[in-house]
Amino acid sequence: MSAAPAAPAQVSHGTRASRIGLPLFLLLLVALAAAPWWTDRQGMRLLGEVYAYAALASLWNLLAGYSGLVTVGQQAFVGLGAYVLFSAALLFGVNPLWGIPAAGLLGALAAVPVAALTFRLRGAYFAIGTWVVAEVFRLLAAQFTALGGGSGTSLPASVVASIASGRAAREQLLYWLALGLAVLILAAILLLLRSRHGLALAAIRDNEVAARSCGIEVDRTRLAVFVVASGGAAMVGALIFLQKLRISPDAAFSVNDWTALVIFIAVIGGIGRVEGPLIGTALFFLLRETLSQLGSLYLMVLGAVAIAVMLLAPRGLWGVLADRLGWQVFPLARRLEPRAPPLGTAPPPTTRHALAGADHENRGDTR
Amino acid sequence: MNPSADAAPILALRGLRKRFGAVVVADGIDLAVRAGEALGVLGPNGAGKTTLFGMVTGTVRPDAGTVMFEGRDVTALSPARRCRQGMARSFQVPQPFAGLTVFENLVAAASFGAGEGERATYDRCAAILERCGLMARANERAGGLRLLDRKRLELARALATRPKLLLLDEVAGGLTESECAVLVDLVREVRAGGVTVVWIEHVLHALAAVADRVVVLHGGRLIAEGRADEVVRVPAVAEVYMGIPVDA
Repeated sequence: MSAAPAAPAQVSHGTRASRIGLPLFLLLLVALAAAPWWTDRQGMRLLGEVYAYAALASLWNLLAGYSGLVTVGQQAFVGLGAYVLFSAALLFGVNPLWGIPAAGLLGALAAVPVAALTFRLRGAYFAIGTWVVAEVFRLLAAQFTALGGGSGTSLPASVVASIASGRAAREQLLYWLALGLAVLILAAILLLLRSRHGLALAAIRDNEVAARSCGIEVDRTRLAVFVVASGGAAMVGALIFLQKLRISPDAAFSVNDWTALVIFIAVIGGIGRVEGPLIGTALFFLLRETLSQLGSLYLMVLGAVAIAVMLLAPRGLWGVLADRLGWQVFPLARRLEPRAPPLGTAPPPTTRHALAGADHENRGDTR
Repeated sequence: MNPSADAAPILALRGLRKRFGAVVVADGIDLAVRAGEALGVLGPNGAGKTTLFGMVTGTVRPDAGTVMFEGRDVTALSPARRCRQGMARSFQVPQPFAGLTVFENLVAAASFGAGEGERATYDRCAAILERCGLMARANERAGGLRLLDRKRLELARALATRPKLLLLDEVAGGLTESECAVLVDLVREVRAGGVTVVWIEHVLHALAAVADRVVVLHGGRLIAEGRADEVVRVPAVAEVYMGIPVDA
């Protein structure tokens, strides 16, 4: 560093909005954690579903919105996770709760060959490629006769009883697991985006060639985020079907349930912002709970909402709020604050050191 | 500071060849750039200048030939690795990370290109922004910048990677006289800090103000070499570059 008396650069991550938004969000989490005391079984089930969708949409947003990997095959890992849990419980007698981390691990492992196949494709071809892989997974699951083949199977009562003693205790435990998993996934995404790797992801999304020319290993970074997101989706899938207690290839690998609706949520909430999928999930469930008795008209309303958002607010609902009102919940920005010049002095001299060349003694590619 | 003639080359190209279909863009290019030198590259549009930068930085794979950087063969290395070893480039058509802010563009380049922890890059990135005239734009999205600021960002982001070799691709194009003068000062300052500069430019006076030596590229070959004022008088250069027939 030079001896120039320039004050160190001040970089803030939060804004006034996030200083209000984050505590409110944490309060909401506390209230949700206490849900078993203020809602009934029906309510807990609904909230469990909300958490699963919030987690899936956040993971999809990490891939599509932050890394440029627009996948239509997330159901491959949701279904795989569910099948890992059922296999572990039914074939190996493993406690189903252990099936959740096992699903995460195997989902992450399976993502490596899937990436090897699909990363050769770009854009729309990548999207279709991931969908094809998910269909292959579904067809393979239908061949799995030990778990009922095409018609699927249920968890026997003995396995269900091993989760917790009594139905109320089990439902509470599953509720907290669903909330905990969603929070874990959200926290992991936030940590990733706060790190320099978050910048690398956005750089890759925006301009792959420039990212490579700035020292960013594009393929390795993409693979890492795909592996992590796939592991996350598999854990969510395992938990969803542990709540349902029944599995079949069509339900576990449903493109409608685990990808189309998830994309809908991310699009209406806002792609490329962490808050987007969360607000999108809330909006989706609001629509579903108020309109689902309308039958197929409900689906038409969903479609109309999606089209309206894409035309009128392409950055999603949260995008509009963030752009117009500066709303922000999570402190993810890197704002360079203006330096206050010392009183009564001229502005600091040009900081030449910044432009000086590499330190030829200490530099070397050790990476 | 003029490098001595026998200084070791920081960059050496040997027999680089590249063709796209029937178009030959590099036809056996041999070129050595000494450490600390400022080399200008001239040539008409389509002469293969940008492809040459692509082959040096690794975004374009040559059909034949080698690229040596600091005495090591880097022909098979990825662009990212070459950057981390000390090569940086600007793009002729600016390629900002549009969704990131200007400051974040630099932090990304500094933390990956120079391999520094993110926080450790803040001071340096702020200083580069100040010097490149981008401080007022630091927190704006790079996608919303106008052309001049995009050009500045290209240079600033390349500097953030702590290059030993800086490849500039027409950074002065489209700038006014006074903006160009500021840019020339900046490139001189970068060079005075020990960075080797290779600069593709059509704005001849800008190039002449910085470059010790100029090479002229045409049809994938180097057709002339010398000081800026010398090469433009070479008849072959006048013909291909200015459109003046040699025997006129």
